[in-house]
Amino acid sequence: MSGERSPLFLERRSYRLRRVMDAARLMPFLGALLWAVPVLWPGQGEDGVSSSRAILYIFLVWAVLVALTFALTFWLDDSVETDGKEGR
Amino acid sequence: MGALNVLIAVCLTYVAMLFVVAFMAERAALRGRTTWLRSPLVYTLSLSIYCTAWTFYGAVGNAARSGMEFVTIYIGPTLVMLGWWWGLRKLVRVGRTQRITSIADLISSRYGKSPLLAVFVTMIAVIGTTPYIALQLQSVTLSFASFARIDPQAVQLADSDATALWVAAGLALFTVLFGTRNLDANERHHGVVMAIALEAVVKLFALVAVGVFVVWGLGGGVSETLARIDASDIGTWQVDNGRWTALILLSAAAFLTLPRMFQVLVVENEDENHLRTASWAFPTYLMIMSLFVVPIAVVGLDVMPEGANPDQFVLTVPLSQGQQSLAMLSFLGGFSSATSMVIVAAIALSTMVSNHIVMPIWLKIAKGGAVISGDVRSVVLVSRRFSIAGVLALGYAYYRFSGGGAALTSIGLISFAGVAQFLPALMGGIFWRGSNHTGALAGMLVGFLIWAYSLLLPSFGPGVFLPAGLLEHGPFGIGWLKPQALFGIEGIDPVVHTVLWSMSLNTGAFVLFSILSFPQPMERLQGAQFVNVFQHSGNPQGWSGGLAQAEDLMVMAQRILGPDEAQALFQRAAVEQGLGGYLPDPTPDFLQKLERELSGSVGAATAHAMVSQIMGRATVSVEDLLAVADETAQMMEYSSQLEAKSAELTRTARQLRAANEKLTQISLQKDAFLSQISHELRTPMTSIRAFSEILRDGDDLDQGLLAKYSDIIHQEAIRLTRLLDDLLDLSVLENGQVSLNIREGSLQDLINQALASTGAENSGLRIRRIGISDDIVMETDLDRLAQVFINLIANAQKYCDAQDPELTIRVIERDNYLIVDFVDNGSGIPAQAQDMVFEKFSRVSDHKAAGGAGLGLAICREIMLRLGGAIAYLPGQGGAAFRVSLPAKLKLAAQ
Repeated sequence: MSGERSPLFLERRSYRLRRVMDAARLMPFLGALLWAVPVLWPGQGEDGVSSSRAILYIFLVWAVLVALTFALTFWLDDSVETDGKEGR
Repeated sequence: MGALNVLIAVCLTYVAMLFVVAFMAERAALRGRTTWLRSPLVYTLSLSIYCTAWTFYGAVGNAARSGMEFVTIYIGPTLVMLGWWWGLRKLVRVGRTQRITSIADLISSRYGKSPLLAVFVTMIAVIGTTPYIALQLQSVTLSFASFARIDPQAVQLADSDATALWVAAGLALFTVLFGTRNLDANERHHGVVMAIALEAVVKLFALVAVGVFVVWGLGGGVSETLARIDASDIGTWQVDNGRWTALILLSAAAFLTLPRMFQVLVVENEDENHLRTASWAFPTYLMIMSLFVVPIAVVGLDVMPEGANPDQFVLTVPLSQGQQSLAMLSFLGGFSSATSMVIVAAIALSTMVSNHIVMPIWLKIAKGGAVISGDVRSVVLVSRRFSIAGVLALGYAYYRFSGGGAALTSIGLISFAGVAQFLPALMGGIFWRGSNHTGALAGMLVGFLIWAYSLLLPSFGPGVFLPAGLLEHGPFGIGWLKPQALFGIEGIDPVVHTVLWSMSLNTGAFVLFSILSFPQPMERLQGAQFVNVFQHSGNPQGWSGGLAQAEDLMVMAQRILGPDEAQALFQRAAVEQGLGGYLPDPTPDFLQKLERELSGSVGAATAHAMVSQIMGRATVSVEDLLAVADETAQMMEYSSQLEAKSAELTRTARQLRAANEKLTQISLQKDAFLSQISHELRTPMTSIRAFSEILRDGDDLDQGLLAKYSDIIHQEAIRLTRLLDDLLDLSVLENGQVSLNIREGSLQDLINQALASTGAENSGLRIRRIGISDDIVMETDLDRLAQVFINLIANAQKYCDAQDPELTIRVIERDNYLIVDFVDNGSGIPAQAQDMVFEKFSRVSDHKAAGGAGLGLAICREIMLRLGGAIAYLPGQGGAAFRVSLPAKLKLAAQ
């Protein structure tokens, strides 16, 4: 945001950090998208989705999201926070 | 002994253990060992108060009725935690920088520290949370009843109301004990957090234990259990799409806006980095909590007789299989969920009620507001305690009123929908600078009214609050105003209906009114600070200083923060400004900091009001307004740099002016010293000369006159000698040629000796001793120190002009320093003279009666300097007050 004399291109490490921050921001949207899939499933009836498969799907999404967030928190080390600027 | 008695015994033991854990945590925190108390793990576990008894028992009941729908309640918070980098991080940062004490405080603080908004948010929070507390009491009562049913000796748990009453009273006691122990400036409660972290482990362990028993003990393994699920009534996906989406959104909103969640997420947060761990650990916790819900429900439907209450399956399934101890564990899990929720909710609500309703009223009633006498801290604590008792009493009353029946089962979602009305104002407040007070108020009002009309009031059933005819045909027969089918759209699920209309109209009103109205300057400044919290560590919200009475501020701060903390704060600020003593200049920066410290104790709106009372109204400088008006970050930064520079220049100029003033005064004093000393020497000299001439020339003097004149000569010679002694003493001390005679001795003896040699006790001056005990032993030059004490006591004797003079001698030991205060009840020393009292020949008044040469305090200062200590004037004590401080062990300092 604050443009004073900031370089046009960032060095490789800072660039990587910013993209990790982007990924962290996208996580809730990924989660919402994956958990919105059940809305498309047909309702009760012969061709309905069985509960066991629904459970497996929902918990699988859960596990994947937790694992991704866990990995992201490792990359997001403290150096990003100290520069105090967002959104580049 | 019946199962019920065992249960009660286990329950009481468990409660006792919670007390011990909370107590130990408080103790450890007092000793400063907070590292393990405040680990990311404890923070994560404390978030689990989201899982109340409603979710512990109710999730299984919900699953038995409508399959996977229950999981939405856990998915919402999971999404919020996954998005920590967006929202929570900002919320926590704002909360920490602004010293936010509750969600009402945050919203009021963001929109110009508005007391109206704070009261409104507090009221919605109380209305929304009371039924929820009732629900917890009900679930504990029901689980007792489930045990009673299988116990042949307990005929019937005759009085479930009594159970609820005991539980409510016990919880009130715990919360008062550990939630209002002290008025921490940060509003953090180590004991409570530790206890709820323990409860989090207990409830997770209990649910997993029941789940493992059901899947491997009764179900026969994972694949068999899955097959059993498919074969059951809830064997296919049957969740309504509208409810699925609405409930995920609703629970995500409630996770941020429930007062108790805000308390643990933001207020109790010790370190922003804990969010990093919680972002994946808390979703994991929720996942494990929901993993076994469907298996328990399905097996429960199989095993239990027709018509059994599925809400109690977690408890009744193990009981029906004869697994008494497993059931006991499960009971403790439910009990933990209920109690931890009630405790934190009561703390959060009581903070809000006391800060935003009781304190403003009290300040208004006690005329003179912040500057009246009395300790405000004790009022705050008492009002918190009563608020806690009040909140629990309300919960109990609601439980009794609603009859503890089925009306309560849906109350969890109703409560969620109520507090979710804060969401637009909250999120708009930290992400959108254009949002303002009018918009926030309009949005929340619209949302609250729709929620109350379409969900809360109808939930009591037709005829209780809303007549049946109104529910059926709308008010006055106007069809499109029917509570559960607004605007003529029928057939939507009531919760979805309310969430849809209340949230969209709430957001709509919020945005519309924000765009149409114009904010106050204070709001715009706060808005900039909240939205750009990551760019600004500084704080452009302008008090115009200078006119303020720093001393009045100190008097007020001492009453709220306590004397020690207030004095330390003022001294630190004075040192930062490059000034000595205890009174910093009331610069905007300092006032800002002071206001924030105070708001940690009494909330932002009240703190602001109290400082305004002393400062006059808050004014916003032109520079501040420019800073707001500049929309580009560069301009903001540039102007804030300029501001910083100009502030620094002003400060330097002020310091220079002060130094210059002092130099001028000292130079004047030097001149005065010469004339003073010749005057002081000449007066006795003149009379000695005159009387000795009389003696020489007058031969015929009788014996009486002879004695009288030689007595005068003698007196004057003594006075001369004393003056010369003092001067010599001072010059020796100033040149550092003095040799100290270091001995060990008791402070008490020294003070007694000083009092005796001034004859203070017999001269009508009343002496109060505080904190003086035998065992304070020091190693210093006792004679020199006694000289200082004698001087101070003699001064009080001479100058204290009160009707009924009284001198308080107060001893404090702090940070290896021994501090002795001498405070009298006279009119004190005027501010302009305070700088000069320690200079040579300075007299505050022209009291001839005093008769000293004005060297006493100058000598005292030199002595204390040599002893490695200090003497200073302590303002704001209601009289002249001197603080003598010296290192407890001079041995170290002298070597």
